[in-house]
Amino acid sequence: MKNKNRLGDNFLKAIIWMLSFITIGFLIWILLYIFIKGLPHISLRFLTSPNNSKNDGIFPMIYNTFFIVLASLAISVPLGIGAAIYLVEYSKPSKTIKVIKAVRFAVETLSGIPSILFGLFGLIFFVTILKFGFSILAGALTLSIMVLPTIIRTTEEALKSVPDSYREGSFALGATKLITIKKIILPSAIPGILTAVILSIGRIVGETAAVYLTAGTGRNIASGFMDSGRTLSVHLYILAKEGISFDKAYATAAVLIIIIAIINMTASGLATRMKK
Amino acid sequence: MMNKIANDATNNVKFSAKQLNLWYGDVQALKDINIDIEENEVTALIGPSGCGKSTFIKTLNRMNDLISNVVIKGEVLLDGFNIYKDFDVVDLRKRVGMVFQKPNPFPMSIYDNVAYGPRIHGIKDKKQLNDIVEKSLKNAALWNEVKDRLKHNALSISGGQQQRLCIARVLAIEPEVVLMDEPTSALDPISTLKIEDLIHELKEKYTIVIVTHNMQQAGRISDKTAFFLHGSIVEYEDTEKIFSVPTDSRTEDYITGRFG
Amino acid sequence: MAFSRSQGIDKVYTNKYKWVKARESIAEKALFLCALVSVLALALITAYIFIKGTPIIFKTGLSDFIFNKNWSPDPANAEPSFGILPMILASLFATIGSVTAGSFIGIFTAVFLVEIAPTFFVKILKPSIELLAGIPSVVFGFFGLVVIVPLIREHFGPPGNSLLAVIIILTFMILPTIINISQTAIKAVPAEFKEGSLALGASHIQTIFKVILPAAKSGILAAVVLGMGRAIGETMAVILVAGNSTLMPKSLLSPVRTLTANIALEMGYAFGDHENALFATGVILFIFIMLINILFSTLVNKAGGYNEK
Repeated sequence: MKNKNRLGDNFLKAIIWMLSFITIGFLIWILLYIFIKGLPHISLRFLTSPNNSKNDGIFPMIYNTFFIVLASLAISVPLGIGAAIYLVEYSKPSKTIKVIKAVRFAVETLSGIPSILFGLFGLIFFVTILKFGFSILAGALTLSIMVLPTIIRTTEEALKSVPDSYREGSFALGATKLITIKKIILPSAIPGILTAVILSIGRIVGETAAVYLTAGTGRNIASGFMDSGRTLSVHLYILAKEGISFDKAYATAAVLIIIIAIINMTASGLATRMKK
Repeated sequence: MMNKIANDATNNVKFSAKQLNLWYGDVQALKDINIDIEENEVTALIGPSGCGKSTFIKTLNRMNDLISNVVIKGEVLLDGFNIYKDFDVVDLRKRVGMVFQKPNPFPMSIYDNVAYGPRIHGIKDKKQLNDIVEKSLKNAALWNEVKDRLKHNALSISGGQQQRLCIARVLAIEPEVVLMDEPTSALDPISTLKIEDLIHELKEKYTIVIVTHNMQQAGRISDKTAFFLHGSIVEYEDTEKIFSVPTDSRTEDYITGRFG
Repeated sequence: MAFSRSQGIDKVYTNKYKWVKARESIAEKALFLCALVSVLALALITAYIFIKGTPIIFKTGLSDFIFNKNWSPDPANAEPSFGILPMILASLFATIGSVTAGSFIGIFTAVFLVEIAPTFFVKILKPSIELLAGIPSVVFGFFGLVVIVPLIREHFGPPGNSLLAVIIILTFMILPTIINISQTAIKAVPAEFKEGSLALGASHIQTIFKVILPAAKSGILAAVVLGMGRAIGETMAVILVAGNSTLMPKSLLSPVRTLTANIALEMGYAFGDHENALFATGVILFIFIMLINILFSTLVNKAGGYNEK
């Protein structure tokens, strides 16, 4: 009896080990492959050249990516933090319960919508109806709606983790709600909020479908909000789809992975510093 | 229940509650409270858990406003003015400070903790703030222990020191009344005694109302004591009298430890 | 009774506090507006996609739209046809395939991480999964295009771009989601359950399968559903490996086009009815996702369980 169980156990254990190895294996495979084929093609020239008939550098794409990230954060972070503050600090009176339920439902639902649908919405609303055209602005507005749920949720968690005793102490000293939020609650919540922001950056950098349909595919540096501009992800997509240059595609993919890795490391570095 | 005003006619009345009733939703927590709290005295509120003493003290600085289903009937007067109708709550809390059971220093430096109150009430001048911080910490008997580490995080000092820091924080806004809700129940005996000494000094300048479940403490530091039971005040007397010859039998039972 | 009068003039309600009160009230309203933005956004998104998409569904006829196998929307055709059955099937098969494989691999990897792996291994595995999670979908698609597709072509015949390729790519894309959430669910199982089982003489493996996993049921379910949501919504990576044929999928090796790919591929040049039909595809996609969410909620309520994640 004991031996039979042992056999079954070991078999299952073996399967578990194997499946876990598949996970790591795939990761190593994809990273190695892309880096081996891509790193040789990354040069300073590649990173700093424009992209036109004579050059195939990716500087404009890097610039556009940063531009759209900053623009999206500029919209979504204040809105998201504001919404979270309202949900956590102002939710007592029973008359606002319906509103709060509606907001929570909206946040939940938004976070489940795939990016292609956001892209579709951005295309019809920002690009066409509001006449922004294919532009960084249209892209940033669309992206900010996409990352809003994450920012709201994470900020909410951060605010909730501030102990009530701080709030009581502040009110008892004659502080108003605003002052308490500004001077006590928000400062304590900042590490959590920062993590949310950094993770959102990662998501925006990796986003393709929504940006493709709203910020367009211009190969130049977007000089203003109304210009269209390709981001790194969109560039990789186009290179791969059109089969233009696989060398440059590998290089772009490698650059993308490196940027994401840096963003992730910053986020976890912050997280460990926060634990102090 | 009749309240008894002390025969000491030289002290003025600071707080006066008249027919104060309070409900948390359907549950009545305070029943027909009538009490006059005198200036520059230490008034202790004693009674078993859930008797309403904490609820009452939180009414005095309108901290009950923060709870959503509270209903209040009756009057509470500070210097003869109704604290709901005649005061803005921010102003009221500037005059009536509170120290909580568990020390709750803010996650900032010792200096910033004490300076928080004055800053939010408009004082920006550095020198003024420095003076206020020093004065408050001295009045809270904490200055000597922390004067070299004012910029250190307030959470780095001991529990007893943190509580004195909270007291200093309250003193910094120059209140007239200091409310204390079981201020030493989370502290060790030595810190407790230090704070009791502090309370004794503070009553020269401030009116102190202290909730305590420790009757020996009430006996040691207070001038008057009110015994709360099931939301009402059973007896309110000079401390000496209430602990030696209580009028009501329930008071006697509580004091002698028959319940509570 | 004499009331003391302390020093200070403005003991009573003054104008100073009226100003403070006004500021507080304005701030509260502003924050309220911030909160409303998400409701507004959801309302707009739902409205516009449905407004643009539903008319053509009814024009074509609902059952015709969903069950017609013919997608030839080109207005130059004598009779443009807007049947999306091939896309629906492609999305369905791709999702089912990747979620099955992904759950299998993912749940066991989560078990491995929490219960079996030695610490040094966990230290390598955890950041690896996080890295995997962060890799942009288009990079997965690219890798699929240059590695997976040729491999399939070599071993199973042309064209290589196929449903199989899509399933493989999607599996690894949703893996981190499933692993992370399952991990949390498994960790949340009270230690007492495990101890109780071991104390009764059950082996570690038996404990895992008979006690821990069932206890973590609802969390693991949540992980799978979230993975499902991601799989069905993926677009760019799928386009790069799927082949994008609008014919009915015949086997794992058929080139396919998912609902999402349909939208992204033709949106660039579609107009008129064609454009509306793409929005209609979006409507169908939206409804599918809503159904998945509702399925999730009801399953979670039924599963109940010890984990409130």
